[in-house]
Amino acid sequence: MESQINRYSKQLIIFNSIFILIWLSISIFPFLWTLWGSFKVKADFFTRSDWTYALNGFNTLIETGATATVKAYFESWIEGEFWRATMNTMIVTVSVVTISLFLGTLGAYALSRSTFKYTFYILIAALIFRAMPHITLVSGYLFPFFQLNIWGILPTTIIVLVAINQPFTLWLLYSFFKTVPKELDESALIDGCSYFQAFRFIIMPVMWPGVVTAGLFSMMLAYNDFTVTALLLNQENYTMVPKINAYLGTVEYGGNYMWAVSSVVSATAPLFMIIWFFQRQLISGLTAGAVKG
Amino acid sequence: MPHKTFFWFFFPTGLAMILFIGLPIVSSFFQSLHIENQQILMEVENCDPFGCTTNVRVDVEATEKLKEQNPLGRFNGFGTYADRNHLAFDEIGEAWNTSSSTSEFKDIVLNLPFYKAMLFTLTFCFAVTPPVIILGFIVALSINTLAKSLKGLAIFGSILPMIVTPLIGSLVLFWMIDSQGIIGATIKILFNDPNLSLKSSSTLTWITLIIYGIWHNTPFAFIVFYAALQTVPQDPIEAALIDGASRFQRVRYIVIPHLYPVATFIMLICLMDNFRVFEPIIGFSAEGVAQSLSWMIYQDLRNENKMLFGSAGATSMLTIIGIAILLTPVLLRTWREFRTER
Repeated sequence: MESQINRYSKQLIIFNSIFILIWLSISIFPFLWTLWGSFKVKADFFTRSDWTYALNGFNTLIETGATATVKAYFESWIEGEFWRATMNTMIVTVSVVTISLFLGTLGAYALSRSTFKYTFYILIAALIFRAMPHITLVSGYLFPFFQLNIWGILPTTIIVLVAINQPFTLWLLYSFFKTVPKELDESALIDGCSYFQAFRFIIMPVMWPGVVTAGLFSMMLAYNDFTVTALLLNQENYTMVPKINAYLGTVEYGGNYMWAVSSVVSATAPLFMIIWFFQRQLISGLTAGAVKG
Repeated sequence: MPHKTFFWFFFPTGLAMILFIGLPIVSSFFQSLHIENQQILMEVENCDPFGCTTNVRVDVEATEKLKEQNPLGRFNGFGTYADRNHLAFDEIGEAWNTSSSTSEFKDIVLNLPFYKAMLFTLTFCFAVTPPVIILGFIVALSINTLAKSLKGLAIFGSILPMIVTPLIGSLVLFWMIDSQGIIGATIKILFNDPNLSLKSSSTLTWITLIIYGIWHNTPFAFIVFYAALQTVPQDPIEAALIDGASRFQRVRYIVIPHLYPVATFIMLICLMDNFRVFEPIIGFSAEGVAQSLSWMIYQDLRNENKMLFGSAGATSMLTIIGIAILLTPVLLRTWREFRTER
């Protein structure tokens, strides 16, 4: 029976394969194209006359003497100070993931083990907080942060990102903690553990899949954030994404497009590698709860 | 768990959320009631051999002093909400009185900044969501039939548009669709029209943004549908097979009804997320023809020297009201789920 359900007609298989190929090329090709173009000069990648220039590197050959060049990477990392942005991103991402997992596991454990009614209202409040557009929160931060003189520095941004991330982390970890049987920590309590000991030595060791998933989403939020970092950091402390936006320039000052292209590749490559390794956790997280990061 | 233990476990995360999510909303509201200080003008008499003239000049010192005393500006009540850049009551009233037809009235209203942004935001939300659900479902069905060895690779390829930040995603597409990019240039040659470009018409820009939105959101719909497909019960499908149902009929009458709640969930999340669209507008440099509510707030705040806190606060409050309206069904759903669980 099983085999008959999964037996497909020839036309279906052909149609299906063509559809998947088209879909995958739509979803992947733009990234491959950007990767390819980042090794060309601007006259090739942004050409008005002949798009085959981007393929054969016509102007790149004239300008640099080879059909591919790492000039854009070299310049953006050193002259454009992309190394500084990379370092800032690493600081922000690592801190946000660590702090938000620490706070999130504690809070979500309490929510999943308490039988009182207020946990329900807390979870609903978290859902409302999760739906707030980040830009509306930022408009509330700026004025107090200027008054307190803590605008523009990394620690402020880190704590803000941690807080913005909490509602989602709480919901995700809450649904993971719910799957861990209550009897496990109850027996630990009977044996004389305190709640914290039960949490630390009994529950946490079996919670690693959930923690990795929650960490992955915190990482993506911190790594990808533009709204908060662009408005709460000053130019020297920019992380990668606002830095790329700065390379694009404004109407008054023309930007350096090839810097932006190479930085986009530098910023996405590590992210894709991490997702490649943690794909399973990412998918389980997206489907676990009623919320999305 | 006793109240006291619960409190200490929950305290750090609760404090973070109250300080950095709850309070900012209050602070935003408070800001929206204030407006920037007016500049203090003074009369200066300039005398030269040909006589004396009086000029009006800004008293920089006094303005600075006022700013120091009252950094948030003066109290304005709900004035900012009613001004031209927000709900624009006066302008609408005037348009109502002067315009001769409804289409003229509509034109005037939809050219006011807030309503223009509202129109784009809602169009974007409602144009992106249905294609996302349909495309996501078809992709999930297709990938589900693949051989196991190919599935992992296909899933990874499919989720790429979702995991990059909207700014980078839109830039990557923009560099291809732009008049100087590969697709844009090819279209120009195909249609033999050297002036054809993304920015040449606002409709074209809107369509591009919507296509971007579909590209970015489909992976999420796909993942959720894909996971839900694994939970479809096999027994009814087998029964249908014995009764002679075709593949299409099995999908139409068994799989789709089973996925119905999942589809509503995707729809609500999609609407909510797309309501805050603004990074693609920057990525596609479409500020000229497409503004969203979030973009308006960003615009008020991006200039470090003169941030319009009042205006940004008012737009934020109006955005939150919009989100609240969209959020109500999600909340009701969660509420019901919880009730049945207990």
